[in-house]
Amino acid sequence: MNRIIMLPILLPLCTAVIMIFFRRSIALHRILNTVSTALMLGASLLMLGSVRSDGILSLQVGGWEAPFGITLVADMLSSIMVVATAFIGFTTALYSLGAIDRKREHYFYYPLLQFLLMGINGAFLTGDIFNLYVWFEVMLISSFVLLVLGGRPQQLEGAIKYVTLNLLSSSIFLAAVGILYGTAGTLNMADLAQRIPLLDHQGLLSVVAVLFMITFGVKAAIFPLFFWLPASYHTPPIAIAAIFGGLLTKVGVYAIMRFFTTIFHGQDASFIHQALLIASAFTMVVGVLGAVAQYDMRKLLSFHIISQIGYMIFALAIQSPLAIAGALFYIIHNIVAKTNLFYLSGLIRRIKGSWDLREIGGIYRFYPMLGVLFLVPALGLAGIPPLSGFWAKFVVVKAGIDSEHYLLVGIALCVSMLTLFSMIKIWNEAFWKDDPRGEGGVEGEEYLRTPSVKKAIIVLPIVMLGCLTVAFGLWFEPFFELADRTACELLDRGAYIDAVMGERS
Amino acid sequence: MTFLLAVIVGALYAAGTYLVLRRSIVKVIFGLIFLGHAANLMIFTVGRMTKGAPAFVPEGAATLTEPFADPLPQALVLTAIVIGFGVQAFTIVLFKRTYQRLGTEDLDKMRSTDQLPGEES
Repeated sequence: MNRIIMLPILLPLCTAVIMIFFRRSIALHRILNTVSTALMLGASLLMLGSVRSDGILSLQVGGWEAPFGITLVADMLSSIMVVATAFIGFTTALYSLGAIDRKREHYFYYPLLQFLLMGINGAFLTGDIFNLYVWFEVMLISSFVLLVLGGRPQQLEGAIKYVTLNLLSSSIFLAAVGILYGTAGTLNMADLAQRIPLLDHQGLLSVVAVLFMITFGVKAAIFPLFFWLPASYHTPPIAIAAIFGGLLTKVGVYAIMRFFTTIFHGQDASFIHQALLIASAFTMVVGVLGAVAQYDMRKLLSFHIISQIGYMIFALAIQSPLAIAGALFYIIHNIVAKTNLFYLSGLIRRIKGSWDLREIGGIYRFYPMLGVLFLVPALGLAGIPPLSGFWAKFVVVKAGIDSEHYLLVGIALCVSMLTLFSMIKIWNEAFWKDDPRGEGGVEGEEYLRTPSVKKAIIVLPIVMLGCLTVAFGLWFEPFFELADRTACELLDRGAYIDAVMGERS
Repeated sequence: MTFLLAVIVGALYAAGTYLVLRRSIVKVIFGLIFLGHAANLMIFTVGRMTKGAPAFVPEGAATLTEPFADPLPQALVLTAIVIGFGVQAFTIVLFKRTYQRLGTEDLDKMRSTDQLPGEES
């Protein structure tokens, strides 16, 4: 059964390789891409079910014993993240069928998407820090190419900032890995979790921990390391921006979660948690203030990613079981709602022909159902009950009050007001006000030319994600129970170490 | 030997940091390459150097005998070099394309993606 861990990595790899062999047949690419992501979703759900009933799965790649070889581990956290990745991958595959242009499809859009998913899944499943670095690079190089695919000047300019800052953070990651190996003599996460409290050079380990925090801070877009994100995420086509906005930063958050619960804990970690608390407050505030100032929908949503990351980091820094569960629920809720909003902004652009909120309007008059579809993730993100964001924020705020971080809780609540404000801004400008370009609801050329089958394919993922946002809100209990179990497992660490190292320790 | 390597790593980090902060994109590429090399050399150095003792099990023996060089840092460095090579090649092409499309190599002039619409460049 534990071989199933390989599936979320092998499936996209094989699919991408097959696609490259048949590079001229775009129809085949489309079918393979959709089928493979659907299979990945199935496999990841199977894996989650198995981890839930039988405990943590681990696989020693190539039969090399635990601390020496590369280990793949699927605990609750990893499995949940893989399920989320597969789900977003599947919806993006559907959305791309309708939204990606022919030219990009010819330039290996679908294989790149598969490589990106492989990198993300690998990063979630690996139990070895150097292997994590390799998966980060797989993910990064695919995202680089996806970002510049099409080669418009704006994309290139955004990509320069994205590439430079991410490479910088990779080189810091590599240095930290080197020092950690030099001090601890191992890079296996479970082995490190055992050994780190017993080592002599605790001072050096704090340095390593800070280096890791900076690396993952860049990837997760934490204040003051987020500047690459709003400079680049609005430049690629919306299907790519959606999967970036939904998933990539969350990989950084996942890494912070893994490192500062499983590996680094105890005395040194408290300094890190203090730093994360302060950074989280700034991340929330700066992100949402950036969003409020924007009129370009994509830029507005990009800044919101940063603001939401702040909540997750805040919850992570508190470190109580409730807070970790809240952080996990927040990540999942945010992946779903944020991706959905990006899809919707793409659809609005298709209908109205512009990203600029000042130039468009009057959508509600002609497409009232689209208004409903928009309000679900928008109000979900702001935290209006009974949608998923309400519960996510409720748990985080409750954990904050329990641990007496009153100032930060206050900031978090004020920031949600501003989040609501900026979502209502999109609603007012795009849906409610009259179209400034005259009556009759001028439709973008693009939408008129789109055949109705394609329109349906574009709307389908939006509906799927919207239903999920509602489901998270209405059936909160089972989802939260899952998050709660994950948090206990993360803070306990014993089960993780046993699953990887064997019972002998 | 370790001392010499430590000095080189430090010099590479200093040069890399300086170059990354320059406005010209060519210098930024060199800065990124230097930082990558510095990290690789550092892994090699902090992995404890043992000269002239490859990690082979001698004939007739069942396990390794001390002293032997740890092969893992070398494996890590090798992997990192390969990955770094690929990523740097991509970066150089990206920067070249950007220079051709935008007609400038001054990073201070590449601000259009950060500006609010209507703001002067």
